[in-house]
Amino acid sequence: MNLLRAYEQADIYLVVAAFLLAAGVYGLIRRRTLIGMLISGELIFSAASLNIMALNCFYAPDPTVGQIFALFVMGLAAAEVAIVLSIIIAVYRNYHSIKTRELSELNG
Amino acid sequence: MNSFPISDYLAVAIFVFCLAATVGGALLAVLTARIIRSVCGLMICCIGLAGLYYFLHSPFLALMEILIYVGAVCVTIVFAVMLAEPDEPAREERSGAAILWGTVALTVGAAICWGLSRLSLQGQWTAPAAKVTDGSVKAIGVSLLTTYSMAFELISLVLLVAIIGALVIARTGRSKA
Repeated sequence: MNLLRAYEQADIYLVVAAFLLAAGVYGLIRRRTLIGMLISGELIFSAASLNIMALNCFYAPDPTVGQIFALFVMGLAAAEVAIVLSIIIAVYRNYHSIKTRELSELNG
Repeated sequence: MNSFPISDYLAVAIFVFCLAATVGGALLAVLTARIIRSVCGLMICCIGLAGLYYFLHSPFLALMEILIYVGAVCVTIVFAVMLAEPDEPAREERSGAAILWGTVALTVGAAICWGLSRLSLQGQWTAPAAKVTDGSVKAIGVSLLTTYSMAFELISLVLLVAIIGALVIARTGRSKA
């Protein structure tokens, strides 16, 4: 493995994507506020995009497909962030808190 | 490529910098206690990701990553942080449950990272015999307006619905507050 050509091998990108997914899941379990969980969710989106882009660049016959897919993932992530933040603000108005422990009215 | 003697080293140095920004930004995003630092970690992670996209021969995606994630998503999250004061309290309780959940989260994360890395490193990926297109910005534009025009229109509809929905949800209860 030639270190000077490290950026032309798919392995590094795939490992970094796996690391991003793991960090996102860790944050999703560990965070105790809604915004922290949203940020972890964005990390998971990024992991998916990076994985698709790496496989697209090295192993796909048509390199435009993965780029368009990643573009749509970005658009959906932007829409998701808009919706989730408005929900967070509405929750904060009603409960004056966005800590997940205190939002337990439906907890049986 | 070899017209400039240290250009190879320069490219590797930039690549390592992008990798470090991605990994360090992700760690910063999930490990810090204050949310605003976490958002900054997400920004650093996205800048590193844009560099990685550039190394993957898609400069258009790199530009979009910076424009959408750093420019729109992170700024919107900062806006919500300003409105909702979401700082996590100092870890007051070192109870058994907190330690248990930390261990569970760490175990799950490590398992996912190890398993996926192992899967992707051991997979027998085969490179295609020939590329159909070159993946340039022009090819992306042609595909978006021919093969994927339906999806292109649908995502604009999704964004419109998301904007209207966000306005409606954030507006209710405003008079009560």
